[in-house]
Amino acid sequence: MSIKQISVFLVNKPGTLKNMTGVLAAHDVDLRALSLAETKEYGIARLVADDTFHALNVLRDADFVASVNSVIAAEVPDEPGALDNLLQIFAEEDVNIEYMYSFVLSGEDKSAGMIFRVSDADTAEPKLRNKGLRILSQDDIAQI
Amino acid sequence: MERYYQKDIECADRASIQAIQDERLIKQVRHVWEKVPFYRHKMEEAGLTPSDIHSTADLHKLPFISKDDLKDQYPYGLLGKPLKECVRIQSTSGTTGKRVVAFYTQHDIDIWEECCARAIVAAGGTDEDVVQISYGYGLFTGGPGLNGGSHKVGSLTVPTSSGNTDRQIMFIMDLQSTILCCTPSYAAYLGERMKEMGYTPDQIPLKAGIFGAEAWSEEMRTDIEKTLGIKAYDIYGLTEISGPGVSFGCSAQNGMHINEDHFIAEVIDPETGEVLPDGEYGELVFTCIDKEAFPLIRYRTRDICYLTHEKCSCGRTHVRMSKPKGRTDDMLIIRGVNVFPSQIETVLMNNGYAANYQIIVDRVNNTDTLDVHVEMTPEMFTDNLGEIQERQNVLVDDLKSMLGLKAKVTLVAPKSIARSEGKAVRIIDKRKI
Repeated sequence: MSIKQISVFLVNKPGTLKNMTGVLAAHDVDLRALSLAETKEYGIARLVADDTFHALNVLRDADFVASVNSVIAAEVPDEPGALDNLLQIFAEEDVNIEYMYSFVLSGEDKSAGMIFRVSDADTAEPKLRNKGLRILSQDDIAQI
Repeated sequence: MERYYQKDIECADRASIQAIQDERLIKQVRHVWEKVPFYRHKMEEAGLTPSDIHSTADLHKLPFISKDDLKDQYPYGLLGKPLKECVRIQSTSGTTGKRVVAFYTQHDIDIWEECCARAIVAAGGTDEDVVQISYGYGLFTGGPGLNGGSHKVGSLTVPTSSGNTDRQIMFIMDLQSTILCCTPSYAAYLGERMKEMGYTPDQIPLKAGIFGAEAWSEEMRTDIEKTLGIKAYDIYGLTEISGPGVSFGCSAQNGMHINEDHFIAEVIDPETGEVLPDGEYGELVFTCIDKEAFPLIRYRTRDICYLTHEKCSCGRTHVRMSKPKGRTDDMLIIRGVNVFPSQIETVLMNNGYAANYQIIVDRVNNTDTLDVHVEMTPEMFTDNLGEIQERQNVLVDDLKSMLGLKAKVTLVAPKSIARSEGKAVRIIDKRKI
């Protein structure tokens, strides 16, 4: 039950990220999560939006190079050791984390959302679920 | 089956071509001796009179003329006919900073247009075709030359000229244009735009393209052929000699046939001026043997190519020139190494990048730097930074083995390099020497 993330190529210069968010704002795209990976000259903006298809279309229409890929979004409770618990499952299963980033899940329990790009999502996902962790679906993301 | 516009001359045997050239050369040399003081003066300096020229075998005795000579003789110094008999001028695009004005009599226009008609027929054109001419019209020879050629063939001619890409595409689709004439970089751009608009090659009515006026690689040809679903033919020419159609590609797509009944080609060593044999790269030199108003003799084109007299599968017998690998003016000397933009283009396209690139040369701490800007494409993009860098490194390695020197590769945003509607601006040389 992975979710869709959009990756966008950005040149590492002042204003390029703003150009991208400007396009998203103009088309009423609501961002759920955003992270940046950069080299000296360029980078990748990774984002999760309320409506992936719409966001991808408006970005491509504005001449951005963007692709869609699958990532796992898990809920991490607001308590000491919660992230450590979760990462132990990946370690036990020999699943490599390529990157991860967090986002805010609204709600009384103040849980965090954590997005993972892993080497083997098919192995990792059921294990996380078996340990009682909540894995978010695309619908969950849309409804945040 | 191969078709010809003037089969008797295009497929004439070698002896007949030789006879035509000998006769016309002798007549032309006498003509310029009598009518153009500049030539008489040059020949006298070399100790020659027209009676020293008996055949093409004597051609090498005649002095060269260069673009600088044209500049010095601007505007009327090389005129071979009274202005009263001239009906047209054309002028070079002036990209090298020296404007040249060439004159034409009606006869000159006729032979120029005939040459273009040969090129159109070689590309499969007939009176059933719709020929869209997206070369610039006006002083530039591209539009007017192919326009005249298309009329001679009897094709429906669509004179869109260059620019206004969406209108070009509208005409291609609405009028069902079958042959497109423009610069290769503009053809690539049109293809890119049509792909974006959702047209697949089988929906595009074009069957052939006649592309020239700038250097382009075989890889770029394959790319354009794929996107537009056409066969792409070369055409070569220069205003000084007449315009497009001095030579043209045929179905063999292996070099361009020079219209030898009008132009004699030689390839020389640019340093020594010595004439080189078939197959050796050197500077292309033309002698106009049938032109009246602007009859250039041994004009140094600065284009680098080689000639071949080998039999061509298309049946034409006229000598072929290779696609110029660049102009001596385009050639960059970077850290003492000769670099042609076409070599860089080949590497980019072999690695799946678009033909849209820019080469920036600079000098930092007395060392030349070469920076190749390449646009990121959806095909080359991945979510993995390491992989993008890996692909970038492959480019650096491939450029190193192609050029023999290390270049920097900079990935830039899509559409950030200006698209050209005429000749592409590929090189930015910031060196101040």
